[in-house]
Amino acid sequence: MASPVKPAVSVRGLHKAFGARTVLDGIDLEVEPGEFVALLGRSGCGKSTLLRILAGLDREVGGEAEVPGTVSIAFQQPRLLPWRKVWRNISLGLHKPNGRAIALKALEEVRLTDHADAWPLTLSGGEAQRVSLARALVREPDVLLLDEPFGALDALTRLAMHHLVEDLWARHKPAVLLVTHDVDEALLLADRILVLDEGRIVATHHVALPRPRRRASVVEQRTRVLADLGVDVEEAA
Amino acid sequence: MTLSIAGVAARPKTATPVQTRKFTLPLRWISPVALVLLWQLASSTGVLSPDKLASPLTVAQAAGELVADGQLGEAFAVSITRVLFGFLIGGFAGVVLGLVSGLSRWGETLLDPPVQMLRTLPHLGLIPLFILWFGIGEEPKLALVAAGVAFPLYLNLHAGIRQTDPGLVEAARVLGYSRFERIVHVVLPSAVPQTLVGLRIAFGTAWLSLIVAEQINADAGLGFLINNAREFLRTDVVVVGLVVYALLGLTTDALVRLLERRILRWRAR
Repeated sequence: MASPVKPAVSVRGLHKAFGARTVLDGIDLEVEPGEFVALLGRSGCGKSTLLRILAGLDREVGGEAEVPGTVSIAFQQPRLLPWRKVWRNISLGLHKPNGRAIALKALEEVRLTDHADAWPLTLSGGEAQRVSLARALVREPDVLLLDEPFGALDALTRLAMHHLVEDLWARHKPAVLLVTHDVDEALLLADRILVLDEGRIVATHHVALPRPRRRASVVEQRTRVLADLGVDVEEAA
Repeated sequence: MTLSIAGVAARPKTATPVQTRKFTLPLRWISPVALVLLWQLASSTGVLSPDKLASPLTVAQAAGELVADGQLGEAFAVSITRVLFGFLIGGFAGVVLGLVSGLSRWGETLLDPPVQMLRTLPHLGLIPLFILWFGIGEEPKLALVAAGVAFPLYLNLHAGIRQTDPGLVEAARVLGYSRFERIVHVVLPSAVPQTLVGLRIAFGTAWLSLIVAEQINADAGLGFLINNAREFLRTDVVVVGLVVYALLGLTTDALVRLLERRILRWRAR
C-alpha cells in the first residue's frame, strides 16, 4: 500500500520465539493512522504477543516493529490500581497539571462521571473496563492497542462496549489494533481483519460495510472469515 | 394497602440480625466471668493459697494501690519507653533493609541471604551475647526488642513487594509512569497489606522481647515490679504486672487494626 502518510504501525519480518517454540514467524504489517484493524485468531496464535511487542513490553525480538507515535493499551483485565480512586487511575502517568479535570472529561465520555471518586473494586466488570478505556484514550494515543478488552464481559455488556469503542474511535481517530477471537466483534468494528495462525498472517479481509454495522449485514462475510479460521459453518447451517 | 402492610412486616426482619448480635457478645462473656468467679471462690475457701495465686479481689486491690502510689505509672512509663525506642530502631532497620532488597536486584542478592539465615536464630537466644556486648543496662533490652521487630517487618515488606501483580506494573509502564511513579503508586501500595501483617507480628514480638529482657537485671519497669514482687511472695502484684503486659499487647494490636481499616479502605465494598 503506497501511502503519503507515515504509517502508525509498521512491522517487518517480526520473529519471536519462547525457547524452542516460535510464536511469531515473520509478520509484516502496516496500519494507517486512524485505521481500525482486528487481529483474529485462536488462543496461542501469537496475537497477544504481537500486541505486547507493539506496546514495548517485549523487546527481545527479531525483525522490526516500529510505532512512531504514542501508544496506549487496554487489557482483558482492566488492571486498575485498586488503591487509587477512579479519577487518579486515569490521570496518573499523564504528567499534566489539571489531571482531575482531564480525568473527569474522559469519564464523561464513557458515562462514568459519578464514579470519579469511587474505589475501583466497587465497580462492575463493565464499568472497570470503561475506566480502563478512558485511561487509555486520555493519553490521546496515535495507536490504541486493545487486548481482548471485552473477553471477560457478559454478552450484553459486550454489545454496549462495542458501540462505545466505535464511538470513541470515531471521535479520537487513533489507529486501533484489536486482538480478539470473536469474528462478529471483528466484523462489527474493523476496517481490516487479519487472521493469524501459528505466528503468521494467513488471510486479510477488508470490511467495506457502512457503519454503524448491524449483525445481519455482516453475515455473508462472516462465513468467509470463519473458513479462514478453519471453522465450517455451512455444515452447521 | 397490601404494600404498606408489606412495609411494616419487613421491619422486624431487618431488626433480627441486630438482636442476635446483641445477644452473642454477652453470651461469649459467660465462661470467662465464671472462671474468674471460680478463681475467687477457690481463693476465699482457701483451696488456692495466696502464695501460689492471689484472689481476683486482692489483685484488684493491689492494682488500685499501685496506681495510687504511682509505682505502676512509673514502671509503665519505663517499659513503654523501652518498647518504643526498640521498636523505632528495629522498625527502621527492617523497613530500610526490606525496601532495598525488595526494590533492587542487587539489594536482594546481597541482603536477603544473610537476613534469611539470621532469622532462623531464635532472637531471644541472643540474650547472652547482648549482655556481653551491651552490658546489663538499657542497651541489651532495646537491642532485643529491635531484633524482634526488624525481622518480621523485613520479611513481610520484602514478600509484599515481591507479590506485586506484574500485570499492574506492565500497564503502568505502557501508560507512561516513571520508575519512581511505578514504585510509589504500584509496588509500595501493593506491599502495604502484607507489611501491616508484619507490623502486627512485630508488635507481638516486641512485647515478648520486652518481657524476657526485663527479667535480666532490671531496676525499673514492669519486669522489675514483677521480679521484686516475687521476692516478697506478692502474687497479687505479679498478676497486676502480667495483666498490664496483656493490656499493652491488646492495645497495640487494636491500633494496628485501626490503621489497617484506615489504610486499606479501598478494599471495602
